[in-house]
Amino acid sequence: MIAPTPTSPVSVRDIYKAFRRKTGETVKALDGVSFEAKAATLTALVGPDGAGKTTLLRLISGLMASDAGELEVVGVKVAADPQAVQDRIGYMPQKFGLYEDLSVQENLDLYTDLHGISAEDRKAIYPRLMEMTQLGRFRERLAGKLSGGMKQKLGLACTLVRSPELLLLDEPTVGVDPLSRRELWEIVLKLVREEGLTVVVSTAYLDEAERCDHAVVMHAGKVLAQGSPEDVTAEAKGRTFILAVPDGMPARSLQARLFQQHGVIDAVPEAGQVRVVLASAGDTASLAPNGAKDAPRPVPPRFEDGFMVLFHAVAGQAHRNAMTLDRPQSVDPNAIAVEVHDLVRTFGDFTAVDHVSFKVRKGEIYGLLGPNGAGKSTTFRMLCGLLPASNGTLRVAGADLRTSRAEARQKLGYVAQQFSLYGQLSVDENLDFFASAYGLRGRRKADRVAWAKRQFELDQFSRLPSGQLPGGFKQRLAMAAALLHEPEILFLDEATSGADPMARREFWGRITSLSEQGVTVIVTTHFMEEAEYCDRIVILDAGRNLAEGTPAEIRSHAAATGGEEPTMEDAFIAIVEKSRNGPAAQTAGNAA
Amino acid sequence: MIAAIHFRASGRLRRIAALIRKETYQVFRDPSSIAVGIVMPMMLLVLFSYGLSFDVKSVPVAIVLEDSSADARGAASGFELSEYFAAVPVKTMAEAQRLLLGKTVDAIVRIPPDFARRVELGDAEIQILVHGTDANTARISLAYAQGAIGVWMAREAAQGRIIAGAPIGIESRMWFNDANESSYFLVPGLIVLVMTLIGALLTALVVAREWERGTFEALFVTPVRPGEILLGKTVPYFVLGLVGLALSVAGAKLLFQVPLRGSLTILTIVSMLYLVVALGIGLLISSLTKSQFIASQLTMVVTFLPAMMLSGFMFDIRSMPLVIQGITHIFPARYFVSLLQTLFLAGDVWAVILPNAAVLAGMGALLMSLAVRATRKKIG
Amino acid sequence: MLDSLLRIFALIRKELLAILKDPKSRASLIVPPIMQCLVFGYAATYDLDNVPYAVLDHDRSAASRALVAELDGSGVFTRVATLRRTGEIADYIDAKRALLVLTIDRGFERGLYAGTVPKVQVIADGRNSNTAGTALGYINAIAVAFGNEWRERQGLAGPAVQVTVRAWYNPNLETRWNMIPSMIGMITMMMTMMLTAMSVAREREEGTFDQLLVTPFRPTEIMIGKALPAMMVGVMQSTLILLVAQLWFQIPFAGTYPMLYMGLVLFVTASVGIGLFISSIAANMQQAMIGSFVLVMPFMLLSGLTAPVGNMPAALQYFTLINPLRYAISITHQVYLEGAGIAQLLPELLALVAIAAVTLPFAAWMFRHRLA
Repeated sequence: MIAPTPTSPVSVRDIYKAFRRKTGETVKALDGVSFEAKAATLTALVGPDGAGKTTLLRLISGLMASDAGELEVVGVKVAADPQAVQDRIGYMPQKFGLYEDLSVQENLDLYTDLHGISAEDRKAIYPRLMEMTQLGRFRERLAGKLSGGMKQKLGLACTLVRSPELLLLDEPTVGVDPLSRRELWEIVLKLVREEGLTVVVSTAYLDEAERCDHAVVMHAGKVLAQGSPEDVTAEAKGRTFILAVPDGMPARSLQARLFQQHGVIDAVPEAGQVRVVLASAGDTASLAPNGAKDAPRPVPPRFEDGFMVLFHAVAGQAHRNAMTLDRPQSVDPNAIAVEVHDLVRTFGDFTAVDHVSFKVRKGEIYGLLGPNGAGKSTTFRMLCGLLPASNGTLRVAGADLRTSRAEARQKLGYVAQQFSLYGQLSVDENLDFFASAYGLRGRRKADRVAWAKRQFELDQFSRLPSGQLPGGFKQRLAMAAALLHEPEILFLDEATSGADPMARREFWGRITSLSEQGVTVIVTTHFMEEAEYCDRIVILDAGRNLAEGTPAEIRSHAAATGGEEPTMEDAFIAIVEKSRNGPAAQTAGNAA
Repeated sequence: MIAAIHFRASGRLRRIAALIRKETYQVFRDPSSIAVGIVMPMMLLVLFSYGLSFDVKSVPVAIVLEDSSADARGAASGFELSEYFAAVPVKTMAEAQRLLLGKTVDAIVRIPPDFARRVELGDAEIQILVHGTDANTARISLAYAQGAIGVWMAREAAQGRIIAGAPIGIESRMWFNDANESSYFLVPGLIVLVMTLIGALLTALVVAREWERGTFEALFVTPVRPGEILLGKTVPYFVLGLVGLALSVAGAKLLFQVPLRGSLTILTIVSMLYLVVALGIGLLISSLTKSQFIASQLTMVVTFLPAMMLSGFMFDIRSMPLVIQGITHIFPARYFVSLLQTLFLAGDVWAVILPNAAVLAGMGALLMSLAVRATRKKIG
Repeated sequence: MLDSLLRIFALIRKELLAILKDPKSRASLIVPPIMQCLVFGYAATYDLDNVPYAVLDHDRSAASRALVAELDGSGVFTRVATLRRTGEIADYIDAKRALLVLTIDRGFERGLYAGTVPKVQVIADGRNSNTAGTALGYINAIAVAFGNEWRERQGLAGPAVQVTVRAWYNPNLETRWNMIPSMIGMITMMMTMMLTAMSVAREREEGTFDQLLVTPFRPTEIMIGKALPAMMVGVMQSTLILLVAQLWFQIPFAGTYPMLYMGLVLFVTASVGIGLFISSIAANMQQAMIGSFVLVMPFMLLSGLTAPVGNMPAALQYFTLINPLRYAISITHQVYLEGAGIAQLLPELLALVAIAAVTLPFAAWMFRHRLA
């Protein structure tokens, strides 16, 4: 009675789906999408925010109905019988709805029961899942008290309690640190390779797409290209080069200059150098006048490069995002903007931040890196005055925000991890409110709001409720609101988590130019390549300070492999693993 | 085939059991569910039992005796002896009026200077002045005042002196509540409020929260059916409602000896019916609004306030204008209050139980089927 | 100082925008109070209208028939049956078909002629003893009036003692005059408490609260900025109910508006303080909502509106001293119906000031404390 699994567990033919916004306009989420996922393969849906990835996965799982087109999943027409599909597949939504007031074990039990797993099977599955996800120690902990990465792993475990015929994962690694990300992918790949599971995953991390069997590159509801990752990578063949950076110049400055360059599709800092993708193969002439030390060195392309080339073809030149402050701030290179000394924060008998110290100079970009639950967010919240420290001292712009008067807060801007402006209020109303909150008024307020809207290209959305903004613009609005009062210090908590590659480049373009104009920027991030944009970084794990220094100093912690300079990610993993395996190894992965 | 059916059925039961277990954990971990299910009934019970009373008793009245004759004192004594009044002797009318204005007394009884002489003439007058802002107390006091004067006349009559007047004696008996205790009708009202809050408000909030927090999305892509999700939501709050009921009934019997003249079984059955209706409303509202804020506002207007004002708990439906009486038929609380008052105070009167229970059962079936229809495993 | 005021002003503007921008939420602030006031204005009454009653007339005389006719014509009682046997009484009362059964004994007419106080028995359904008591009062009054009139018509001596009645401020003793002005306090309290309690809980749940806390806002400023819009909405809703009371129910307003609004503003301040207190404890919207409910219930029950304060045991009477609703109802009654001035209202006004002076700083303290 149950339809056998066909050779293509997912077959999508010419699917259309449109939504109506509250303002009345219609948005085409999917505009004639077709693809097939073959049995026992890994298919990746890649594309920027708003490409339609989530909508597509929801259609496949029967949570939405399409406007037109044919959709067959595990041999069943989804529209006719969604339940038959839902009985047989596993689906992990972007924001996995764990019950935060239930423990890890209770969440797992719920899903095993819902999938009808027998007690004997359970005995076999649980140890495997626990081994896979390293959640064994936290069985009794409430899901709400887990760190972001742990939550994602628990979500995956809940999805995998029964071996489904098809597994759908919607951005499973958003907000997950590199270590956990690597582990998560190992789990998924093992399921595909060893157990013949069919997996469709959507992702904004392009290095992940490199590992899949079939990549579907999407943009604005359409499929730009599909094929093996090599096919996509091949798009950038002969166009990728590495440029060395002159001494004394931060890689990000060269990168920013190159990114502006005509004929350059993409430029990112990498291992102290800059990697570029050219619009046409071999056109290295355009790179010459940028102060690069040596001649460009050709390198083999990566998936990301191919993606940028494809994307460039439809979306045109990426945004040039240098921004100009009305009043650049004077930079005294020796002035200290933030000073943390011996900072401790405990929750009950659990130490989230364990004697951390660091200093940030004015005008620096300073990164806080670490696995989920390392204490980054806790440190961050203490810096911003949202949480009192248990012990130690901290000074931000010369004051402890916890105890200082409100005026001290005037000097800082804060962009939270999740969008946290007022969703019902329009862009203009939000900006107006935050401008007033920071004491701007009259002419000056109008000027600053106009400046912010110009710099962040928000004019087109002036009257749209900010909750309905496209994802990337929410991020821009949040930053605009944080910069209205020209703060000396800008705090960004995982600001690029979940952002697509375009949005991330745009974002860093802005950060770089802010820092050049004297603004101190403190960021937390999970994207290791983003650490390359920082002047200095600190790596935290289990609340302790593991390493601090410039990106080059941090990279030197990892051995070079195969003549290539180690990447930041290699270094990060080396440092964290060394500390965890060392004599002083502590319980890792505790609550943030 | 049979095995397959059996397997499917047991799968369904396990899913439902799992959802119920999950919901139960959540109930126990959120203090607010316990606050509604247990703390509130207890608090209200204590309030009522501790003497919060809707009865008109010991109404303070100022007695202005402007005549010092035996007749005048006799008439005044009628008020002093009555349990309905707390007489405050006052010298002058001016002082009494000051007391009335200051709400120290609710009424003034004035016995004028020539009272005794005019009794003999047959046209004596006792003036009563009430404070009309509390119209109900005022009116009830008036009726009692007539009675108090009647007591005096009857006493005189017993001594052989016929004072013409009070030509008709009203002998009244309050069935089911001889002592005229307001706690007797407050307890049924308490049960209605508790059941409404647990059934409708709490359920609406917890379901809307699942929509808001996105916990439904992953749950939907499992073999679980919409009906099972609803059942998983319903059962724990159903049980919590019954716990509230048990507390209220036990408290009512133990703390202030409210009789339960009908059978406990029938009381439990009709309470279950009402819970189903309330749960149905809560589920329906939350499925339609998917927002905690709007769901709570709507639930309050649709269930809680009518349960308080339009159910016959505080205000008798029979004293409302016909249009409003018609409106009360829409709200299930009306039927439940009627059932509760009858079961507690009158007994198993089938003429009341059957029609009201039938309406509740019908409403429950209708609302539940609507709720099932409104809960579809779809996003957006 | 100016900065502080401007910040507060910005927050007020933002709060009002958030509440009033969405047509749905705007309607939810205006329609329910009016609807509630209309429906409950009619429903919340002890004035009986259509009381079903049955009669068992053992006398079957002209006088007994006249008494029944008097009841039928009173507009309060509706005869649903004329019984023949005493056994039938239970059927009618138990099944709620009649609220009262009037039994006229044999010899009723004779007694009237003789002046020997003939008896009429009334059996009332005590399941709602309040209504039953009121209905009995009505019957009593009608019967007494009938007796007097009847004897007069027969040329017999009238009653030796007449009771004359005057009611101050509410000449016809309509409960509506009592209930509707009370609604101003009741409905307003419920809405403002919930609005303040939910508004902070909502920001917590949506994560916007942290964003607010990193701006130069001080906790006190946030509190004021949250309190004032809720107060404005509260006073606006009070005004709506006041309009319904005057325009629809035509209850004459005896007092002065400045006096009434002075009382209302103080009252709303006190209830907002309680709402803020709840919001400082509640972790999420569910807790805020349930918390408001659990608190509003005793406030309503102990407001003196339905259960006279004087009848409560001493401990509860003390509790009513901290119940803002008690004072609000007392003030609206006195201003609305009695036209009271400041001298008369001073104790109530001071009590409200005292409550606000405790709840607001306490909420502010909790606010700061919880943020720590």
